[in-house]
Amino acid sequence: MSTEQEEIGNLTQLLQEQFPGAVQSYHQHRGDETVLVERSQILPICQFLRDDERSKMEMMIDLTAVDYIKESPRFEVVYHFKSLSLEHRIRVKVRVPEEDCEIDSIHELWLAVDWYERECYDMYGIIFKNHPNLQRILMYSQFEGYPLRKDYPIGRQQPLVEMRPVNERHDYGEL
Amino acid sequence: MEELATENKGQNLESEMEDQADASVMTIEIGPAHPAMHGIVRFTTQIDGEEIVDMIPEIGYLHRGFEKESENSKWIQITPYTDRLNYVSPLLCNIGYSMAVEKLFGVDAPRRAQYTRVIMGEISRITDHLTCLGAAAMEVGAFTFFLWFIKGREYLWELVEEVTGARLTTNWTRFGGNATDIPDGFLGELQERLEKIKDILRECDTLLTRNKIFIDRVKDVGVLSKEDSISFGFTGPMLRACGIPYDVRRSDRYSVYDDLDFEIPVGSVGDCFDRYLVRMEEMWQSISIIEQASDKLPAGPIAIDDRQLVLPDKKQVYGNIEGLIDHFKLVMEGHQAPAGEIYMPTEGGNGEVGFYLVSDGSGEPVKCRVRPPCFNFVSAMPAICKGGYVADIVPIFGSVNMIGGELDR
Repeated sequence: MSTEQEEIGNLTQLLQEQFPGAVQSYHQHRGDETVLVERSQILPICQFLRDDERSKMEMMIDLTAVDYIKESPRFEVVYHFKSLSLEHRIRVKVRVPEEDCEIDSIHELWLAVDWYERECYDMYGIIFKNHPNLQRILMYSQFEGYPLRKDYPIGRQQPLVEMRPVNERHDYGEL
Repeated sequence: MEELATENKGQNLESEMEDQADASVMTIEIGPAHPAMHGIVRFTTQIDGEEIVDMIPEIGYLHRGFEKESENSKWIQITPYTDRLNYVSPLLCNIGYSMAVEKLFGVDAPRRAQYTRVIMGEISRITDHLTCLGAAAMEVGAFTFFLWFIKGREYLWELVEEVTGARLTTNWTRFGGNATDIPDGFLGELQERLEKIKDILRECDTLLTRNKIFIDRVKDVGVLSKEDSISFGFTGPMLRACGIPYDVRRSDRYSVYDDLDFEIPVGSVGDCFDRYLVRMEEMWQSISIIEQASDKLPAGPIAIDDRQLVLPDKKQVYGNIEGLIDHFKLVMEGHQAPAGEIYMPTEGGNGEVGFYLVSDGSGEPVKCRVRPPCFNFVSAMPAICKGGYVADIVPIFGSVNMIGGELDR
Protein backbone atom coordinates (compact mmCIF):
# COMPACT_ATOMS: atom_id res chain seq x y z
CA MET A 1 0.00 0.00 0.00
CA SER A 2 1.28 3.40 -0.81
CA THR A 3 0.67 5.42 2.30
CA GLU A 4 2.83 8.41 1.64
CA GLN A 5 1.87 10.66 4.51
CA GLU A 6 0.60 13.63 2.60
CA GLU A 7 -1.17 16.61 4.02
CA ILE A 8 -3.59 15.74 6.76
CA GLY A 9 -7.24 16.15 5.74
CA ASN A 10 -9.76 18.23 7.66
CA LEU A 11 -11.91 15.29 8.62
CA THR A 12 -8.89 13.25 9.68
CA GLN A 13 -7.81 16.09 11.91
CA LEU A 14 -11.29 16.30 13.36
CA LEU A 15 -11.31 12.60 14.14
CA GLN A 16 -7.89 12.80 15.73
CA GLU A 17 -9.08 15.56 18.03
CA GLN A 18 -12.31 13.85 18.94
CA PHE A 19 -10.95 10.35 19.34
CA PRO A 20 -7.35 10.61 20.50
CA GLY A 21 -5.44 7.48 19.66
CA ALA A 22 -8.23 5.91 17.60
CA VAL A 23 -6.83 6.96 14.22
CA GLN A 24 -4.07 4.48 13.46
CA SER A 25 -3.03 5.87 10.11
CA TYR A 26 -4.31 8.09 7.34
CA HIS A 27 -3.54 9.09 3.78
CA GLN A 28 -5.00 11.05 0.89
CA HIS A 29 -3.91 8.93 -2.05
CA ARG A 30 -5.29 10.51 -5.27
CA GLY A 31 -7.38 12.87 -3.19
CA ASP A 32 -9.43 10.22 -1.37
CA GLU A 33 -9.34 11.05 2.32
CA THR A 34 -8.77 7.80 4.18
CA VAL A 35 -8.45 6.91 7.84
CA LEU A 36 -7.68 3.59 9.47
CA VAL A 37 -9.31 3.48 12.87
CA GLU A 38 -9.41 1.32 15.98
CA ARG A 39 -11.92 -1.52 15.74
CA SER A 40 -13.56 -0.88 19.10
CA GLN A 41 -14.25 2.76 18.18
CA ILE A 42 -16.09 2.20 14.90
CA LEU A 43 -19.61 2.80 16.20
CA PRO A 44 -18.87 6.10 18.02
CA ILE A 45 -16.73 7.28 15.11
CA CYS A 46 -19.49 6.60 12.59
CA GLN A 47 -22.02 8.24 14.87
CA PHE A 48 -19.79 11.28 15.14
CA LEU A 49 -19.24 11.44 11.38
CA ARG A 50 -22.96 11.34 10.79
CA ASP A 51 -24.04 13.84 13.44
CA ASP A 52 -21.27 16.41 13.70
CA GLU A 53 -21.86 19.75 12.01
CA ARG A 54 -18.44 19.74 10.39
CA SER A 55 -18.78 16.27 8.94
CA LYS A 56 -22.50 15.62 8.29
CA MET A 57 -22.17 12.29 6.52
CA GLU A 58 -25.83 11.78 5.67
CA MET A 59 -25.10 8.87 3.40
CA MET A 60 -23.43 5.52 3.82
CA ILE A 61 -22.28 4.99 0.25
CA ASP A 62 -20.53 1.66 0.39
CA LEU A 63 -19.41 -1.00 2.80
CA THR A 64 -17.15 -3.83 1.85
CA ALA A 65 -14.07 -5.71 3.00
CA VAL A 66 -10.68 -6.61 1.62
CA ASP A 67 -8.83 -9.81 2.36
CA TYR A 68 -5.09 -9.20 2.83
CA ILE A 69 -4.33 -12.86 3.32
CA LYS A 70 -0.60 -12.44 3.96
CA GLU A 71 -1.01 -9.68 6.52
CA SER A 72 -2.12 -9.68 10.09
CA PRO A 73 -4.81 -8.61 11.01
CA ARG A 74 -6.11 -10.24 7.88
CA PHE A 75 -9.30 -8.40 6.95
CA GLU A 76 -10.05 -4.78 6.43
CA VAL A 77 -13.62 -3.52 6.52
CA VAL A 78 -13.98 -0.45 4.33
CA TYR A 79 -16.72 2.16 4.71
CA HIS A 80 -17.37 5.00 2.30
CA PHE A 81 -19.36 7.97 3.52
CA LYS A 82 -20.67 10.96 1.66
CA SER A 83 -22.01 14.26 2.88
CA LEU A 84 -24.69 15.74 0.63
CA SER A 85 -24.78 19.13 2.31
CA LEU A 86 -21.02 19.66 2.64
CA GLU A 87 -20.09 17.70 -0.52
CA HIS A 88 -17.20 15.71 0.85
CA ARG A 89 -16.37 12.06 1.20
CA ILE A 90 -14.34 9.96 3.57
CA ARG A 91 -13.17 6.38 3.60
CA VAL A 92 -12.97 4.73 7.00
CA LYS A 93 -11.14 1.44 7.35
CA VAL A 94 -10.96 -1.01 10.21
CA ARG A 95 -8.68 -4.00 10.56
CA VAL A 96 -10.32 -7.22 11.69
CA PRO A 97 -8.24 -10.29 12.61
CA GLU A 98 -9.16 -13.72 11.30
CA GLU A 99 -9.30 -15.44 14.68
CA ASP A 100 -11.68 -12.86 16.16
CA CYS A 101 -13.64 -11.96 13.06
CA GLU A 102 -16.08 -9.53 14.63
CA ILE A 103 -16.93 -5.89 14.42
CA ASP A 104 -19.78 -3.77 15.82
CA SER A 105 -22.68 -3.31 13.45
CA ILE A 106 -23.55 0.27 12.54
CA HIS A 107 -27.02 -0.59 11.22
CA GLU A 108 -28.69 1.81 13.63
CA LEU A 109 -27.09 4.81 11.96
CA TRP A 110 -28.09 4.33 8.31
CA LEU A 111 -30.87 2.19 6.87
CA ALA A 112 -28.67 1.12 3.97
CA VAL A 113 -26.17 -0.59 6.27
CA ASP A 114 -28.38 -3.60 6.94
CA TRP A 115 -27.95 -5.21 3.51
CA TYR A 116 -24.36 -4.10 3.00
CA GLU A 117 -23.30 -5.77 6.24
CA ARG A 118 -25.17 -8.90 5.26
CA GLU A 119 -23.33 -8.96 1.95
CA CYS A 120 -19.99 -8.46 3.67
CA TYR A 121 -20.76 -11.30 6.05
CA ASP A 122 -21.88 -13.47 3.16
CA MET A 123 -18.71 -12.90 1.16
CA TYR A 124 -16.05 -12.65 3.88
CA GLY A 125 -17.54 -14.23 7.00
CA ILE A 126 -17.08 -11.12 9.09
CA ILE A 127 -19.56 -11.09 11.97
CA PHE A 128 -21.31 -7.77 12.55
CA LYS A 129 -22.27 -7.81 16.22
CA ASN A 130 -25.86 -6.81 17.06
CA HIS A 131 -26.97 -6.98 13.43
CA PRO A 132 -30.70 -7.85 13.48
CA ASN A 133 -30.64 -10.36 10.64
CA LEU A 134 -27.14 -11.46 9.74
CA GLN A 135 -27.90 -14.01 7.03
CA ARG A 136 -26.49 -14.76 3.63
CA ILE A 137 -27.89 -12.50 0.96
CA LEU A 138 -26.35 -13.26 -2.44
CA MET A 139 -25.43 -16.88 -1.78
CA TYR A 140 -27.88 -19.52 -0.58
CA SER A 141 -28.05 -20.57 3.05
CA GLN A 142 -26.59 -24.02 2.39
CA PHE A 143 -23.43 -22.52 0.89
CA GLU A 144 -20.23 -23.47 2.72
CA GLY A 145 -17.35 -21.09 3.17
CA TYR A 146 -16.96 -17.47 2.18
CA PRO A 147 -16.43 -17.00 -1.56
CA LEU A 148 -14.47 -13.75 -1.59
CA ARG A 149 -11.82 -14.90 0.86
CA LYS A 150 -8.59 -15.34 -1.04
CA ASP A 151 -8.27 -18.96 0.13
CA TYR A 152 -11.64 -19.92 -1.37
CA PRO A 153 -10.71 -21.61 -4.65
CA ILE A 154 -12.27 -19.91 -7.65
CA GLY A 155 -13.15 -23.20 -9.34
CA ARG A 156 -14.94 -24.76 -6.40
CA GLN A 157 -18.55 -25.65 -7.17
CA GLN A 158 -21.32 -26.28 -4.69
CA PRO A 159 -24.44 -27.05 -6.70
CA LEU A 160 -27.57 -27.64 -4.63
CA VAL A 161 -28.78 -30.21 -7.14
CA GLU A 162 -26.20 -32.62 -8.47
CA MET A 163 -25.55 -32.06 -12.18
CA ARG A 164 -26.45 -35.08 -14.26
CA PRO A 165 -23.96 -36.33 -16.84
CA VAL A 166 -24.50 -34.97 -20.33
CA ASN A 167 -25.61 -38.26 -21.90
CA GLU A 168 -28.39 -38.56 -19.32
CA ARG A 169 -29.69 -35.11 -20.04
CA HIS A 170 -29.82 -35.53 -23.78
CA ASP A 171 -30.34 -38.68 -25.73
CA TYR A 172 -27.74 -38.41 -28.47
CA GLY A 173 -28.30 -42.00 -29.53
CA GLU A 174 -25.27 -44.00 -30.61
CA LEU A 175 -22.28 -41.71 -30.65
CA MET B 1 -48.50 -14.65 -8.95
CA GLU B 2 -48.24 -18.04 -7.45
CA GLU B 3 -50.18 -18.35 -4.26
CA LEU B 4 -48.78 -20.41 -1.44
CA ALA B 5 -51.23 -21.12 1.34
CA THR B 6 -49.77 -20.68 4.78
CA GLU B 7 -51.83 -23.25 6.64
CA ASN B 8 -49.70 -26.22 7.47
CA LYS B 9 -51.73 -29.39 7.17
CA GLY B 10 -51.08 -32.13 9.67
CA GLN B 11 -50.24 -29.83 12.54
CA ASN B 12 -52.13 -30.01 15.77
CA LEU B 13 -55.42 -28.33 16.27
CA GLU B 14 -54.04 -25.56 18.41
CA SER B 15 -51.77 -24.13 15.73
CA GLU B 16 -54.55 -24.58 13.20
CA MET B 17 -56.72 -22.43 15.42
CA GLU B 18 -53.99 -19.83 15.53
CA ASP B 19 -53.77 -19.88 11.79
CA GLN B 20 -57.46 -19.27 11.54
CA ALA B 21 -57.27 -16.45 14.04
CA ASP B 22 -54.75 -14.76 11.81
CA ALA B 23 -56.36 -16.00 8.63
CA SER B 24 -56.69 -12.53 7.24
CA VAL B 25 -52.91 -12.35 6.69
CA MET B 26 -51.76 -14.43 3.77
CA THR B 27 -48.29 -15.05 2.35
CA ILE B 28 -47.79 -14.85 -1.39
CA GLU B 29 -44.62 -15.30 -3.34
CA ILE B 30 -44.01 -12.80 -6.11
CA GLY B 31 -41.27 -14.00 -8.39
CA PRO B 32 -38.52 -15.19 -8.83
CA ALA B 33 -39.72 -15.51 -12.41
CA HIS B 34 -42.69 -13.26 -12.88
CA PRO B 35 -43.46 -11.30 -16.06
CA ALA B 36 -43.66 -8.02 -14.15
CA MET B 37 -40.37 -8.54 -12.36
CA HIS B 38 -37.49 -6.81 -14.10
CA GLY B 39 -35.19 -9.70 -13.53
CA ILE B 40 -34.98 -12.61 -11.20
CA VAL B 41 -35.90 -11.49 -7.71
CA ARG B 42 -38.36 -12.83 -5.20
CA PHE B 43 -40.62 -10.98 -2.82
CA THR B 44 -42.19 -13.00 -0.05
CA THR B 45 -45.13 -10.77 0.68
CA GLN B 46 -47.55 -10.82 3.58
CA ILE B 47 -50.89 -9.37 2.64
CA ASP B 48 -54.01 -8.56 4.54
CA GLY B 49 -56.66 -8.45 1.89
CA GLU B 50 -55.10 -6.24 -0.74
CA GLU B 51 -52.85 -4.41 1.68
CA ILE B 52 -49.18 -5.25 2.04
CA VAL B 53 -48.26 -5.94 5.65
CA ASP B 54 -44.69 -7.07 5.20
CA MET B 55 -42.27 -8.01 2.47
CA ILE B 56 -38.98 -9.84 2.35
CA PRO B 57 -36.93 -9.42 -0.84
CA GLU B 58 -34.66 -12.27 -1.81
CA ILE B 59 -31.86 -11.53 -4.24
CA GLY B 60 -28.78 -13.26 -5.55
CA TYR B 61 -30.29 -15.26 -8.41
CA LEU B 62 -27.97 -13.59 -10.91
CA HIS B 63 -24.85 -13.61 -8.75
CA ARG B 64 -21.94 -14.54 -11.01
CA GLY B 65 -19.03 -13.63 -8.79
CA PHE B 66 -17.99 -10.39 -10.48
CA GLU B 67 -15.53 -9.55 -7.71
CA LYS B 68 -14.04 -13.03 -7.50
CA GLU B 69 -13.56 -13.17 -11.26
CA SER B 70 -12.05 -9.68 -11.22
CA GLU B 71 -9.55 -10.57 -8.54
CA ASN B 72 -8.40 -13.42 -10.73
CA SER B 73 -8.14 -11.37 -13.91
CA LYS B 74 -5.84 -8.71 -15.24
CA TRP B 75 -7.04 -5.12 -15.04
CA ILE B 76 -8.00 -4.88 -18.71
CA GLN B 77 -9.85 -8.19 -18.62
CA ILE B 78 -12.39 -6.72 -16.23
CA THR B 79 -13.73 -4.20 -18.78
CA PRO B 80 -15.93 -6.76 -20.58
CA TYR B 81 -17.39 -7.84 -17.23
CA THR B 82 -18.48 -4.29 -16.60
CA ASP B 83 -20.65 -4.42 -19.76
CA ARG B 84 -22.74 -6.99 -18.00
CA LEU B 85 -23.23 -5.05 -14.80
CA ASN B 86 -25.92 -2.79 -16.15
CA TYR B 87 -27.16 -4.34 -19.34
CA VAL B 88 -29.31 -1.40 -20.37
CA SER B 89 -26.50 1.16 -20.15
CA PRO B 90 -23.29 -0.85 -20.47
CA LEU B 91 -21.20 2.08 -21.67
CA LEU B 92 -21.70 3.97 -18.43
CA CYS B 93 -20.19 1.09 -16.48
CA ASN B 94 -17.35 0.79 -19.02
CA ILE B 95 -16.59 4.47 -18.58
CA GLY B 96 -16.85 4.30 -14.79
CA TYR B 97 -14.44 1.41 -14.57
CA SER B 98 -11.89 2.88 -16.96
CA MET B 99 -11.98 6.20 -15.16
CA ALA B 100 -11.41 4.38 -11.89
CA VAL B 101 -8.32 2.66 -13.26
CA GLU B 102 -7.12 5.94 -14.74
CA LYS B 103 -7.46 7.50 -11.29
CA LEU B 104 -5.41 4.62 -9.89
CA PHE B 105 -2.70 5.30 -12.46
CA GLY B 106 -3.05 9.05 -11.99
CA VAL B 107 -3.65 9.78 -15.67
CA ASP B 108 -6.45 11.42 -17.64
CA ALA B 109 -7.79 10.45 -21.02
CA PRO B 110 -7.27 13.11 -23.74
CA ARG B 111 -9.95 15.72 -24.29
CA ARG B 112 -11.36 14.11 -27.41
CA ALA B 113 -11.72 10.78 -25.63
CA GLN B 114 -13.43 12.49 -22.70
CA TYR B 115 -15.90 14.25 -24.96
CA THR B 116 -16.72 11.12 -26.94
CA ARG B 117 -17.17 9.32 -23.62
CA VAL B 118 -19.64 11.97 -22.56
CA ILE B 119 -21.54 11.64 -25.86
CA MET B 120 -21.65 7.86 -25.71
CA GLY B 121 -22.37 7.87 -21.98
CA GLU B 122 -25.33 10.18 -22.38
CA ILE B 123 -26.64 8.07 -25.28
CA SER B 124 -26.50 5.17 -22.84
CA ARG B 125 -28.33 7.15 -20.20
CA ILE B 126 -31.12 7.80 -22.68
CA THR B 127 -31.33 4.10 -23.61
CA ASP B 128 -31.41 3.30 -19.89
CA HIS B 129 -34.30 5.63 -19.20
CA LEU B 130 -36.13 4.61 -22.39
CA THR B 131 -35.99 0.98 -21.31
CA CYS B 132 -36.94 1.71 -17.73
CA LEU B 133 -39.88 3.97 -18.52
CA GLY B 134 -41.03 1.88 -21.46
CA ALA B 135 -41.18 -1.28 -19.38
CA ALA B 136 -42.69 0.47 -16.37
CA ALA B 137 -45.43 2.02 -18.51
CA MET B 138 -46.13 -1.25 -20.28
CA GLU B 139 -46.66 -2.98 -16.97
CA VAL B 140 -49.42 -0.59 -16.06
CA GLY B 141 -51.04 -1.03 -19.45
CA ALA B 142 -49.46 1.57 -21.75
CA PHE B 143 -48.23 -0.82 -24.39
CA THR B 144 -47.87 1.71 -27.21
CA PHE B 145 -45.55 3.75 -25.06
CA PHE B 146 -43.31 0.72 -24.65
CA LEU B 147 -43.17 0.03 -28.38
CA TRP B 148 -42.33 3.64 -29.20
CA PHE B 149 -39.64 3.84 -26.58
CA ILE B 150 -38.06 0.58 -27.64
CA LYS B 151 -38.10 1.86 -31.21
CA GLY B 152 -36.25 4.95 -30.00
CA ARG B 153 -33.78 2.81 -28.10
CA GLU B 154 -33.11 0.88 -31.28
CA TYR B 155 -32.08 4.10 -33.07
CA LEU B 156 -29.52 4.74 -30.37
CA TRP B 157 -28.25 1.20 -30.07
CA GLU B 158 -27.48 1.25 -33.77
CA LEU B 159 -25.33 4.30 -33.11
CA VAL B 160 -23.60 2.49 -30.26
CA GLU B 161 -22.99 -0.42 -32.59
CA GLU B 162 -21.43 1.89 -35.17
CA VAL B 163 -18.90 3.13 -32.65
CA THR B 164 -18.19 0.12 -30.48
CA GLY B 165 -19.06 -2.77 -32.78
CA ALA B 166 -21.70 -4.16 -30.47
CA ARG B 167 -25.07 -3.06 -29.20
CA LEU B 168 -24.75 -4.39 -25.69
CA THR B 169 -21.41 -6.04 -25.09
CA THR B 170 -19.58 -2.86 -25.91
CA ASN B 171 -16.18 -3.23 -24.17
CA TRP B 172 -15.32 0.16 -25.58
CA THR B 173 -13.16 2.06 -23.13
CA ARG B 174 -9.48 1.46 -22.44
CA PHE B 175 -7.22 2.89 -19.80
CA GLY B 176 -6.14 6.29 -21.02
CA GLY B 177 -8.55 6.48 -23.93
CA ASN B 178 -11.08 4.59 -26.00
CA ALA B 179 -10.77 1.59 -28.25
CA THR B 180 -12.19 3.38 -31.29
CA ASP B 181 -12.90 6.90 -32.38
CA ILE B 182 -16.33 7.88 -33.70
CA PRO B 183 -16.60 7.07 -37.41
CA ASP B 184 -16.86 9.67 -40.19
CA GLY B 185 -20.26 11.25 -40.52
CA PHE B 186 -21.25 10.03 -37.09
CA LEU B 187 -22.17 13.42 -35.67
CA GLY B 188 -24.58 14.14 -38.53
CA GLU B 189 -26.33 10.86 -38.07
CA LEU B 190 -26.38 11.39 -34.31
CA GLN B 191 -28.17 14.69 -34.79
CA GLU B 192 -30.71 13.10 -37.14
CA ARG B 193 -31.45 10.38 -34.66
CA LEU B 194 -31.66 12.75 -31.73
CA GLU B 195 -34.38 14.60 -33.67
CA LYS B 196 -36.26 11.32 -33.97
CA ILE B 197 -35.82 10.71 -30.23
CA LYS B 198 -37.14 14.19 -29.54
CA ASP B 199 -40.23 13.44 -31.63
CA ILE B 200 -40.79 10.23 -29.72
CA LEU B 201 -40.36 11.97 -26.38
CA ARG B 202 -42.79 14.73 -27.37
CA GLU B 203 -45.38 12.30 -28.62
CA CYS B 204 -45.08 9.97 -25.67
CA ASP B 205 -45.25 12.92 -23.34
CA THR B 206 -48.64 13.88 -24.72
CA LEU B 207 -49.66 10.24 -24.55
CA LEU B 208 -48.86 9.56 -20.94
CA THR B 209 -47.92 12.54 -18.79
CA ARG B 210 -51.47 13.84 -18.55
CA ASN B 211 -53.16 10.48 -18.99
CA LYS B 212 -55.63 9.93 -16.16
CA ILE B 213 -55.40 6.15 -16.22
CA PHE B 214 -51.63 6.28 -15.90
CA ILE B 215 -51.62 9.02 -13.27
CA ASP B 216 -54.11 7.10 -11.14
CA ARG B 217 -51.75 4.15 -11.06
CA VAL B 218 -48.56 6.04 -10.21
CA LYS B 219 -49.43 9.29 -8.44
CA ASP B 220 -48.78 9.16 -4.69
CA VAL B 221 -47.78 5.52 -5.02
CA GLY B 222 -44.50 4.28 -3.59
CA VAL B 223 -43.59 7.35 -1.62
CA LEU B 224 -40.51 7.23 0.56
CA SER B 225 -39.60 10.23 2.67
CA LYS B 226 -36.58 12.37 1.91
CA GLU B 227 -34.82 11.39 5.13
CA ASP B 228 -35.37 7.68 4.60
CA SER B 229 -34.24 7.90 0.97
CA ILE B 230 -30.96 9.47 2.04
CA SER B 231 -30.52 7.00 4.86
CA PHE B 232 -31.17 4.14 2.44
CA GLY B 233 -28.38 5.53 0.29
CA PHE B 234 -30.60 6.28 -2.70
CA THR B 235 -28.86 7.98 -5.61
CA GLY B 236 -29.79 8.88 -9.15
CA PRO B 237 -33.37 9.48 -10.32
CA MET B 238 -34.81 7.77 -7.24
CA LEU B 239 -33.20 10.34 -4.93
CA ARG B 240 -33.79 13.29 -7.23
CA ALA B 241 -37.50 12.42 -7.35
CA CYS B 242 -37.58 13.22 -3.62
CA GLY B 243 -36.32 16.72 -4.38
CA ILE B 244 -32.63 16.31 -3.62
CA PRO B 245 -30.47 17.58 -6.49
CA TYR B 246 -27.64 15.09 -5.99
CA ASP B 247 -25.96 14.16 -9.23
CA VAL B 248 -22.41 12.79 -9.27
CA ARG B 249 -21.77 14.56 -12.58
CA ARG B 250 -22.27 17.84 -10.75
CA SER B 251 -21.09 17.10 -7.22
CA ASP B 252 -17.84 15.31 -8.12
CA ARG B 253 -17.17 17.22 -11.33
CA TYR B 254 -15.60 14.35 -13.15
CA SER B 255 -14.67 14.19 -16.81
CA VAL B 256 -15.69 17.28 -18.84
CA TYR B 257 -19.16 17.73 -17.37
CA ASP B 258 -17.99 21.01 -15.88
CA ASP B 259 -17.73 22.54 -19.37
CA LEU B 260 -21.26 21.53 -20.25
CA ASP B 261 -24.42 23.23 -19.23
CA PHE B 262 -27.18 21.03 -17.89
CA GLU B 263 -29.84 21.08 -15.24
CA ILE B 264 -30.64 18.51 -12.61
CA PRO B 265 -34.37 17.85 -12.62
CA VAL B 266 -35.89 17.11 -9.23
CA GLY B 267 -39.28 15.93 -8.08
CA SER B 268 -41.25 17.03 -5.05
CA VAL B 269 -43.04 14.09 -3.44
CA GLY B 270 -40.87 11.14 -4.37
CA ASP B 271 -43.65 8.96 -5.76
CA CYS B 272 -43.60 6.84 -8.90
CA PHE B 273 -44.95 9.72 -10.95
CA ASP B 274 -42.09 11.98 -9.88
CA ARG B 275 -39.60 9.29 -10.83
CA TYR B 276 -41.25 9.10 -14.24
CA LEU B 277 -41.09 12.87 -14.68
CA VAL B 278 -37.47 13.08 -13.52
CA ARG B 279 -36.39 10.40 -15.99
CA MET B 280 -38.32 12.05 -18.82
CA GLU B 281 -36.63 15.39 -18.15
CA GLU B 282 -33.22 13.77 -17.73
CA MET B 283 -33.47 12.46 -21.27
CA TRP B 284 -33.99 16.01 -22.53
CA GLN B 285 -30.99 17.12 -20.50
CA SER B 286 -28.91 14.27 -21.90
CA ILE B 287 -29.88 15.28 -25.43
CA SER B 288 -28.77 18.81 -24.66
CA ILE B 289 -25.47 17.55 -23.24
CA ILE B 290 -24.86 15.45 -26.35
CA GLU B 291 -25.54 18.44 -28.62
CA GLN B 292 -23.19 20.67 -26.66
CA ALA B 293 -20.48 18.01 -26.54
CA SER B 294 -20.81 17.43 -30.31
CA ASP B 295 -20.34 21.14 -30.92
CA LYS B 296 -17.34 21.38 -28.64
CA LEU B 297 -15.77 18.07 -29.68
CA PRO B 298 -12.05 18.82 -30.01
CA ALA B 299 -9.75 17.20 -32.54
CA GLY B 300 -6.83 15.17 -31.32
CA PRO B 301 -5.86 11.69 -30.23
CA ILE B 302 -8.34 9.31 -28.62
CA ALA B 303 -5.80 7.76 -26.28
CA ILE B 304 -2.80 9.02 -24.38
CA ASP B 305 0.68 8.29 -25.64
CA ASP B 306 1.85 6.03 -22.84
CA ARG B 307 3.25 2.63 -23.66
CA GLN B 308 2.59 1.43 -20.11
CA LEU B 309 -1.11 1.88 -20.66
CA VAL B 310 -2.14 1.92 -24.29
CA LEU B 311 -1.48 -0.72 -26.91
CA PRO B 312 0.78 0.67 -29.64
CA ASP B 313 -0.46 1.24 -33.16
CA LYS B 314 -0.52 -1.89 -35.30
CA LYS B 315 1.94 -0.24 -37.66
CA GLN B 316 4.42 -0.03 -34.81
CA VAL B 317 3.75 -3.60 -33.68
CA TYR B 318 4.51 -5.07 -37.09
CA GLY B 319 7.05 -2.44 -38.05
CA ASN B 320 9.59 -2.30 -35.25
CA ILE B 321 10.83 -4.30 -32.32
CA GLU B 322 9.95 -1.74 -29.62
CA GLY B 323 6.31 -1.70 -30.70
CA LEU B 324 6.22 -5.49 -30.74
CA ILE B 325 7.72 -5.74 -27.26
CA ASP B 326 5.39 -3.12 -25.83
CA HIS B 327 2.42 -4.94 -27.29
CA PHE B 328 3.66 -8.30 -26.03
CA LYS B 329 4.35 -7.09 -22.51
CA LEU B 330 1.01 -5.30 -22.20
CA VAL B 331 -0.90 -8.34 -23.40
CA MET B 332 1.05 -11.02 -21.55
CA GLU B 333 1.85 -9.25 -18.29
CA GLY B 334 -1.03 -6.84 -18.13
CA HIS B 335 -1.14 -3.30 -16.86
CA GLN B 336 1.17 -2.72 -13.91
CA ALA B 337 -1.04 -0.55 -11.76
CA PRO B 338 0.77 1.25 -8.96
CA ALA B 339 -0.01 0.23 -5.41
CA GLY B 340 -2.83 2.15 -3.82
CA GLU B 341 -6.56 2.30 -3.32
CA ILE B 342 -9.11 4.59 -4.92
CA TYR B 343 -12.85 5.06 -5.06
CA MET B 344 -14.22 6.56 -8.25
CA PRO B 345 -17.90 7.53 -8.29
CA THR B 346 -19.69 8.11 -11.58
CA GLU B 347 -23.32 8.76 -12.42
CA GLY B 348 -24.77 5.59 -13.91
CA GLY B 349 -28.26 5.20 -15.30
CA ASN B 350 -29.65 4.37 -11.87
CA GLY B 351 -27.42 6.42 -9.65
CA GLU B 352 -23.97 6.39 -8.23
CA VAL B 353 -21.89 3.60 -9.72
CA GLY B 354 -18.65 3.61 -7.79
CA PHE B 355 -15.60 1.45 -8.24
CA TYR B 356 -13.37 0.77 -5.27
CA LEU B 357 -10.07 -0.61 -6.51
CA VAL B 358 -7.14 -1.86 -4.47
CA SER B 359 -3.84 -2.63 -6.10
CA ASP B 360 -0.67 -3.97 -4.53
CA GLY B 361 1.40 -3.18 -7.60
CA SER B 362 1.60 -6.78 -8.78
CA GLY B 363 -0.45 -6.30 -11.95
CA GLU B 364 -3.51 -8.11 -10.66
CA PRO B 365 -6.24 -6.38 -8.68
CA VAL B 366 -6.43 -7.17 -4.98
CA LYS B 367 -9.97 -5.92 -4.92
CA CYS B 368 -12.39 -4.65 -7.53
CA ARG B 369 -15.62 -3.67 -5.94
CA VAL B 370 -18.54 -2.02 -7.64
CA ARG B 371 -21.05 -0.09 -5.62
CA PRO B 372 -24.43 -0.98 -7.12
CA PRO B 373 -27.17 1.66 -6.91
CA CYS B 374 -29.94 -0.94 -7.26
CA PHE B 375 -28.87 -2.74 -4.11
CA ASN B 376 -30.15 0.13 -1.98
CA PHE B 377 -33.40 0.41 -3.91
CA VAL B 378 -34.30 -3.24 -3.53
CA SER B 379 -33.35 -3.21 0.15
CA ALA B 380 -35.84 -0.35 0.56
CA MET B 381 -38.68 -2.18 -1.22
CA PRO B 382 -40.34 -3.32 2.05
CA ALA B 383 -40.26 0.25 3.39
CA ILE B 384 -41.71 1.63 0.15
CA CYS B 385 -44.40 -1.01 -0.28
CA LYS B 386 -45.67 -1.42 3.29
CA GLY B 387 -49.17 -0.04 3.59
CA GLY B 388 -49.67 -0.05 -0.16
CA TYR B 389 -51.68 -2.46 -2.26
CA VAL B 390 -50.56 -5.55 -4.12
CA ALA B 391 -51.32 -3.82 -7.41
CA ASP B 392 -48.88 -1.05 -6.45
CA ILE B 393 -45.92 -3.42 -6.42
CA VAL B 394 -45.80 -3.44 -10.21
CA PRO B 395 -45.56 0.34 -10.78
CA ILE B 396 -43.23 0.71 -7.78
CA PHE B 397 -40.87 -1.95 -9.00
CA GLY B 398 -41.04 -0.50 -12.48
CA SER B 399 -39.97 2.89 -11.17
CA VAL B 400 -37.16 1.33 -9.11
CA ASN B 401 -35.62 0.01 -12.34
CA MET B 402 -33.87 -2.97 -10.83
CA ILE B 403 -31.08 -4.31 -12.99
CA GLY B 404 -30.20 -7.84 -11.98
CA GLY B 405 -26.66 -7.73 -13.31
CA GLU B 406 -25.85 -4.75 -11.15
CA LEU B 407 -27.79 -5.88 -8.11
CA ASP B 408 -26.33 -9.36 -7.80
CA ARG B 409 -23.04 -8.85 -9.62
